[in-house]
Formats: sequence, structure tokens, C-alpha cells
Amino acid sequence: MLKMITTDVVIVGAGGAGLRAAIAIAETNADLSIALLSKVYPMRSHTVAAEGGAAGVAKDNDSLDNHFNDTVSGGDWLCDQDAVDLFVKEAPRELTQMEHWGCPWSREPDGHVAVRPFGGMKVERTWYAADKTGFHMLHTLFQTSLKYPAIERYDEFYSTDLLVVDGQCRGVTALEMRTGQMHVFRAKAVIIATGGAGRIFPFTTNGAIKTGDGMAMAYRAGVALKDMEFVQYHPTGLPGTGILITEGSRGEGGILVNKDGYRYLQDYDLGPPDPWPRKKAMELGPRDRLSQAFWHEQKKGRTIDTPHGDVVHLDLRHLGEKRIDERLPMVRDLATSYIGVDPVDAPIPVRPVVHYTMGGIDTDIDAKTSLKGLFAAGECACVSINGANRLGSNSLTELLVFGKRAGLGAAALAMAESGHADATALREQAAAGDQVGRLFQTAGGGESIVGLRREMNATMEAGAGIYRTEDSLSESCAVMNDLRRRYADIALEDKSNVYNTDLVQALELGAMIDVAGAVIVSALARKESRGSHQRLDYVARDDAAYLKHSLAHYEPDSDPRIDYRDVVITRSAPGARVYGGDQK
Amino acid sequence: MSRRPYTRTVSAASWWLAQPRYIRYMGREVSCVFIGAYTAVVVIGLIRLAESGAAWGAFVAALQTPASLIFHGFALAFALYHATTWFNVTPKAMPVQIGDIVLPDSVIIGAHYAAWAVVSGLLFYLAGG
Amino acid sequence: MTERHVQLEILRYDPETDEVPSFQTYRVPCQEDWVVLDAINYVKDEMDRSLSYRWSCHMAVCGSCGMMINGEPMLSCKAFVRDLPDKIRIEPLANFPIERDLVVVMDDFMDKLSSVKPYLVARRDKPVDDGEHLQLPAQLKKFKQYTLCINCTLCYSACPQYAHDETFVGPAALALAHRYNLDSRDVGRAARADVVASNDGIWECSFVGACSDVCPHGVDPAAAIQQTKIASTLDYFIEPLTPGRKG
Repeated sequence: MLKMITTDVVIVGAGGAGLRAAIAIAETNADLSIALLSKVYPMRSHTVAAEGGAAGVAKDNDSLDNHFNDTVSGGDWLCDQDAVDLFVKEAPRELTQMEHWGCPWSREPDGHVAVRPFGGMKVERTWYAADKTGFHMLHTLFQTSLKYPAIERYDEFYSTDLLVVDGQCRGVTALEMRTGQMHVFRAKAVIIATGGAGRIFPFTTNGAIKTGDGMAMAYRAGVALKDMEFVQYHPTGLPGTGILITEGSRGEGGILVNKDGYRYLQDYDLGPPDPWPRKKAMELGPRDRLSQAFWHEQKKGRTIDTPHGDVVHLDLRHLGEKRIDERLPMVRDLATSYIGVDPVDAPIPVRPVVHYTMGGIDTDIDAKTSLKGLFAAGECACVSINGANRLGSNSLTELLVFGKRAGLGAAALAMAESGHADATALREQAAAGDQVGRLFQTAGGGESIVGLRREMNATMEAGAGIYRTEDSLSESCAVMNDLRRRYADIALEDKSNVYNTDLVQALELGAMIDVAGAVIVSALARKESRGSHQRLDYVARDDAAYLKHSLAHYEPDSDPRIDYRDVVITRSAPGARVYGGDQK
Repeated sequence: MSRRPYTRTVSAASWWLAQPRYIRYMGREVSCVFIGAYTAVVVIGLIRLAESGAAWGAFVAALQTPASLIFHGFALAFALYHATTWFNVTPKAMPVQIGDIVLPDSVIIGAHYAAWAVVSGLLFYLAGG
Repeated sequence: MTERHVQLEILRYDPETDEVPSFQTYRVPCQEDWVVLDAINYVKDEMDRSLSYRWSCHMAVCGSCGMMINGEPMLSCKAFVRDLPDKIRIEPLANFPIERDLVVVMDDFMDKLSSVKPYLVARRDKPVDDGEHLQLPAQLKKFKQYTLCINCTLCYSACPQYAHDETFVGPAALALAHRYNLDSRDVGRAARADVVASNDGIWECSFVGACSDVCPHGVDPAAAIQQTKIASTLDYFIEPLTPGRKG
């Protein structure tokens, strides 16, 4: 019944990180076989939607120290500084490698790669390809991956569980979506690169596929999820759809105003309101601070009321049509199509929307997890280089740096390992944990997938939004536990085998409920405010107690167990996060 | 476990009726038939001219029949349609970029009409003179 | 926000129970600013859990959600209900076999994409530590348009050649080959010519131009193909006269 495929390395997820890992393995050793699994065709991975750019020190006026400092302070000192050091050092190389693979970076008049200013960065270092950087990077990586015959793709395979034998990850189970056939992939190393979990929230820039599947897989197999309480709200998403309007629009000089036409960010220690984009000030402040400012403006009644909720205005008119068409063509198209506003003539209504999960599968600086044989990279992982708040354009670079490291690590392990796990043992484990089989067999108890999903979304927004309290989180915790219990009572309405999306949504919901639980419990446990985790009942940052990563350990029948690990501090002692005109 | 992809058939004869753009395309393609036929008429004319004065006279008389006039009307219309549709797409086949500037479509299309006018003018002059 | 009821007629097909595909009708209350995808999601969430279709980004960049909407290949996330009549006929993308409901078999397209060697073939192996290749804005501009393809395959659905002959390499694949051929850093045109400049490649195209009409991102694959025809023809004549010229 179960089809078994034997390979050297399995990679789950074919977005930027997964593809980069696959290429790294193929280039290390052409004899290693690679099974690249993805629940969607690679070109659909959510990397494709990233817009603004990828950061890496590029020009003489910049330094690795600057990038390091910007990232560490941007992350409110929750970043592991050894990892950040490695990250900023590798970044320029990786971006140049992309250029060598054909990535159509935007250029300066002399032909060198161009860079643009970005939020929270002292010096401009964000490489960009118009305002479709993620799209161009993903397609460059995917097209480059086609050069390597060793990379065997399994498109539209939904990975369900890790297979662990004698404390080592030895493969995965996966559903072939178009036949309904369960597969066992037997491997010497496994890399998870499945992206974040923004879809646990109701308003998000994230596409349908961002459901935290890989995070849940690792979590259930005993790997901790780190820093899950840190969820980034991107300050400028379109109301209603949540479609992302890139930070690049602010990098090019766009401003944010409230209903009085006032550049309100100056009231939140981000001023002075210079007319030109001053680095790390005003609209180029870090995302968490901008989203929090919106929340405060909303409380003061200074936001603009629209049928899709409260918004502020992102004004690009002063940039002029030529610059907008050259640097921000997609922004113009998105605003015009989806909200009926042409940014050349009118300001774009925007609001904060959930965008990125800083937290994820606990990995070290080499993309290794605590489970031997398992690696993770990209948004699904937490190294951590992003700490409590990610700077825009660091994550596209992160895919490359840690995708490559995961690939190298997996390749080394695969070359060192002599054999595979016993096939029978794997089959038995697969059969025992068969989520798909259970879903097909159960008659259910009256719960609906859509109903549970909506309740989960609602409680996440209400309890674990931009500002949290003990009460709001406790309430959400109770709701989530209830949802987890009720999940056992859902049933499939579609019991077909060929491309059953009712089934896939059920599996995704299960993953989301697990991941959401980790977010809430981690947030409850962290009694301080830091970066994107803001508590109205603990408003200050508490380095004495909380200069630590939270680690959520899966408990099958109760709340996750939370413990802590010290943040690696090397040369940047926690200081005040200063933005605006005060800092040099 | 039981895939059975279903292939939809497209009618070989009537596919082009499904969309206006396909009908316009077929019109453009069909124009070649008339242009080809007209070319044959011209060749026959040359042959008759080479034969004898009488043969040429008969050919010219045939050209003046109603059937011939109707045919030539269609042929001219289709030739014009063919020429204009092809001219209009030339910028796609031969974009001209000088440095940063891409020549506007109108320049390339205009150049084709200009060349057509020059050649036509020359032919009229030769035919008349 | 005013609501409007539309009638979706969706072509359904479950290979395990259906002999042939057939239409099923759903009456959906739509918001003013909805796209067809929103209406389809409503059907799945509220009315019929068995409806299968692909989607993800909802912002016309991932290329998942292509379908025939009233006979025209479109991205359902960019097909605004306000622009459509009360009856909307939704079918899977034309010219591809139907896997299930609105999901088509993509295998042929993926193979065609691979076949044109859609990756940079560099002049020499430049070490990464030597920095980037210089590329002037004007050089980038030459091929930029052809980089914009999101692989949504609407062009294959519009192409009557592909409809009649599935060996045709097709618009998107050929446009991607052209993107690399025009890239100043690439020397792979000869390597691609086997597939690109073959009878199943550019020479199968009769310049209907439907592909460019339906492309949601202005890639203009028809233009790419005609330009490749000219380039290939010139190659054909010039190549024998200049042996050993750059590949």
C-alpha cells in the first residue's frame, strides 16, 4: 500500500531555502540523490510574493559591522550574535552568486548592482529587482535547479510526518496529492524548508500555503519551536485582502499619514519628519515600531475608517509617475487593481497585517536541529538571526545563507552515513502515525474544518495581536486547547483520492492548531515586551529575566512545555533601540 | 489511486469560431489565399503579354469582367488587411533599442508605411511612365 | 458594501466517479471588490467541500489559479466579479488534461520549460569572489520584460497551435529561452537552439498572438517567438560563414 522511495537527502519545501539547499547538495557531490518534495509546484512557493529586496553589504560606504548592528538592534537583542556575524559575512557572497545564476538585479548606471534604503538599516544595502525581488530570486533558483539531474522533484507531495529511528531522522511520509497514495521517503538526511505560518491569523500577506506544516512536523517529532511568540506585522498591507505593499515603497520615499494628513510616526520617537527618507527614521523605522504606532493611532481615533476596517495612508504621489513605474511598478498595479487607487494620483490605504514568523524550528548556526539527521532553513526555522523583530530584506538573504548551510550539512551527513534505516521499521512507523488514514476512516463528531479554522483565526487576532495581555492570551490559550480537542471530531466531506483538497486543508488545519498553540503559550510565558511581542501588562523590556530564547516543546495532550536558552551575545550588549533623528 | 486525466477535444474545423481574436487571425491567414491568387493572375498576365498582342488584349478584357472586378476588390481588401495587420505587429518582431530608449511602436510601424509608400510610388511611376 | 448574487457554473470532474466532466451550478453572494477566486473559496468553504482547485498568493504573482472564465483564460485572483456578468462559467485551463475539477495536469508544461535550458549559460566560470557581472541598465532593459513570466500557463490555453499539437514547445517556454538569449551574461543560444529553433519550437508558431493577449504580466511571448525566428534565421545563414564564433 505504501510506496517507498529511497534517496540520500529529502528536502521538504521548494521555495528559496529548499531550492538553495538542493543546489548546494548537487554542487557538493553530484552522486548524492536528492528528493525535493513540495505541496505546490516550486514557482508557487511564497518566496515568490516577496517584493522589496535582499540585504547584503554592497558598497564602500557600508560595513559588515553596520549590517550586524542594524540586525541585532532591529531584533531587540534577541538575535544570536554569532549567527548574525556569519549571516552578514555570507550575505554579499550569496547575493553575488544569485547574480551569477542570472538574477536580474536592478543596476546603477555604471552596471554594478544597485541597492536601496530599507527599514531599520543605517546604510542602504538592500539588493533589489524592481519590486519583485522574491519572484526573481525564486525563479532564478528554480531555473538554476533544473541544471542538476541529481535533484529529483516530487511536485504536489504533501509531507505529513518525520520518521525517526533510534533517535535519528530517517525519512518522511508524504501524500502524493494527485493519487492519494501515501509514500515513505527513506533518506540519510532531511531538510525542512516549508516556510512560516501566517495563515493562523485572519489578515495576512501570506498565501494559502503558509500553514506551518514543516514546523508542526518537527514539533511533533520532539524538536522545539523557538521564539514562537514573535510574529511580525508588516505595517503596509492592503485592507481586505492583506496584499503586501512593499517596504520598498517607503525606501523610495513614501510617507505614512493619518486621517489629518499628519506624518504620525514622529510622535513615536521616530522623527524628525524630514522630507527625504532619512535612514532608520520615520517611515524607515523597524516594522514592529511602525505597526505599534498604527495601533496607538487607532486607539486615539486618528486612523481612517473604511469598509475594510481602519487604515492610514501611504502617500507616494511626490515620487512622480516615472519613478513609480521604474521602481515600484507592481505596487502601482496592485493598488490600482485591488483597491482602485492609483498611487500616482492618490495615497494608498494600508494597515498592518501579519507577515512573518520570526520563530520556528530551533536550529543552530549550521541549520542543524536537536534531532540528528534533521535540518531546517528559511522562515520555518529560527536560528536566530531575526530575534524579536526581523528587518525587511534580511529574510530573502536568510533563505540563501541558511538554505546553503542546511544543504552542506545534509550532504556531509549523507556522505558520512553508511546506510538507510530498515525499510520494515519505517513502514511500521508510517502506518502507526497515519494521519491521512485516520481522517478517511473517522465519521467525525460534527466539527467542521472551516469552522475550526475561523475560530482559530479569530482568537489569534484577538488574543495574540500587536498588543497582548495576560487575559487576552489566557483566553486564546483556552480556545486553542478546545480547538485541539475538537479537531479530533472533524470529518472529511470529500473522501476521494485524486487531488482531495478537503483532506489537505484538514492536514494543514492540524498543523496550524499545533503551531498556534506554541505561539500563544510562548507569548503567555514571556512577561516582557520586546520587539514584535508587546504586552500591555509588561511594557518594558526585561533583559535580566528574558534575554533568552523561548523553546516550546510539544506535549500531545496538554500545553507545550516552555523552557529557555540564553541568547548568544558576543560584542553588542543590549542597548536602547534608537531610531529617528537622535541616532547617527 | 485511480487517476484518469480527461482530455478535452478541440474541433479541428471550428475552433477559430470560439473567440473574436481567432476569427481575426483566420481572416489574416485567409488573405494569403487571395494574395496568392492575385499573384497567379499577374503571372498569367506576363505570360499573355509575352505571347502576343491578341493574347494580351484578351487578358485585359477578362480583367474587366464583373467576376474579375469582384475578385480584385476582395484581393485588394485582403491585401490591405494583411499589410496593415503585419505592419502593426512589426515592432514585436523587431524592437529597436538605442541605449536606454526603446523606439516607440509608431516609429517602426510608420517606417514600414513610409517604405510602402515609396515603393508604391516608384511602381506607379514605372507603370505610368 | 453591496452584495450581488452571481451564478457560478463550474465544470466538475472526479475521475473515480465521473465518466466525463459536467457542470455544477452554485449561487454565490459576492462582495463588490471580490475576485472570482473569492467566490470559488466561498463555494468550497460554505457549499461544497469537494471542489478542488489551485491557489495561493491571491496577488497574481504565484501563477497557481489560472482557469477559463467565460471562455477566456484568466487568473481567478485577478478576475474581478464587478467586470463579469451574473453568470460565470468556470472551467479548468484549456488544452491541458483535467486531473480533477479545476486542477489540470501540468506535466507537459514542466517538461517543456526544462527542455529549453532555462538557466544562465555563462561565458566563463567567474569566481563569486570576483563580484558581479557588470550589466548596464540598458542591457537589463533588453530582456527584463521576458523575466516577468509567472508560469501561469494561460498562454498555453490560448494558443491554438498547442490545442492541436501538444508537441509544440509553447509560448512561455520559448519566451523564457528568449529571456536568457537576450541576457548579456548568457552565451547559451546555440545550446538552446536544438529545442527552440526546431519544428516543435518557434517554427510551429504561426503568430496568432493569443498568448500575448491573455498574458497577465505583459511578457508578450508572441514577440519573443518572432524575434527568435529572426535571430535563428540570421544564425542559420551567418553561422556557416563564421565557424568558431561565440556559441
